[in-house]
Amino acid sequence: MAEQMKVIYERPTSWANKVTHYCPGCTHGVAHRLVAELVDEMGLVDKTIGVWPVGCAVLGYDYFNFDSVEAAHGRAPAMATGIKVTNPDNFVFTYQGDGDLASIGMAEIVHAAARGWPITVIFINNGNYGMTGGQMAPTTLLGQKTTTSPLGRTPQANGFPIRVAEMLAQLDGPAYIARVSLDSPVNIRKAKSAMRKAFNAQVRGIGFSLVECLSTCPTNWKLTPVESMERVRKEVMPYFPLGEFKVVEGVL
Amino acid sequence: MERVSIDEQRCKSCGLCVSICPVKILIISDRLNARGFRPAQCTDQDKCTSCGSCALVCPDIAIELHREVKA
Repeated sequence: MAEQMKVIYERPTSWANKVTHYCPGCTHGVAHRLVAELVDEMGLVDKTIGVWPVGCAVLGYDYFNFDSVEAAHGRAPAMATGIKVTNPDNFVFTYQGDGDLASIGMAEIVHAAARGWPITVIFINNGNYGMTGGQMAPTTLLGQKTTTSPLGRTPQANGFPIRVAEMLAQLDGPAYIARVSLDSPVNIRKAKSAMRKAFNAQVRGIGFSLVECLSTCPTNWKLTPVESMERVRKEVMPYFPLGEFKVVEGVL
Repeated sequence: MERVSIDEQRCKSCGLCVSICPVKILIISDRLNARGFRPAQCTDQDKCTSCGSCALVCPDIAIELHREVKA
């Protein structure tokens, strides 16, 4: 007699079933999976449009079974706003790294948040420019060694890291702003719940939403994947505290 | 059907599932997959508690989990 098996976990159907180009242990894959799971669970496959950045996630459009477009470097929020204005019934999200969103795209993200148009931003904060070889990003921690700060980042030479979530939460436009971490099963569950609220903020037409995900870059941090997770907990989380910084009524 | 099914061709041998498994039944195997990584493997299917931690941390969506339905 055949055994009856129930599903504990299976691949999301909006995931295109390809092997990603990401390095071993990179949490981009986790963030991708959470997006795919939520698109499935909220029944958004037919109306989702993803806007992909320049950076490691530049090939992200390849991995999902929904429509995607590729934005110019940093301009994903501007492009997403345009798509949302002309297609208000579609679910539009952008997926951006810290080099894309917090550096060249800083103006776009601040004004997109200030306009408060209902788009969703998934922001991956791994503290460097991963794709180009680990250069210093606006989110690189003080003292962190990168290829463009070989002696460690110093405030005199390089300024201070930018806390994007807190900064945008001061604006009146956004409906939901949170920072989550992808370092452990418990935090990944919390990350999914935060992303669900961010998706809800758009689906219910409440306003702009952003989820900042603390991520790892084992290759450029020159650590193993397990050590990278440890570094997120010990060094990154004290500077970038987790939490919800703005929750407008109706998002939950 | 296995409780823990790991798609060996997807696995990139990052070892996160091995580090996170509460019952320590996952190891990195000795063989190579087509991409040149040594995939994770489950040593004892019966010990799996279906907690889902390995599937949650896997960045390559290589792990699927099932469980027998109790009669």
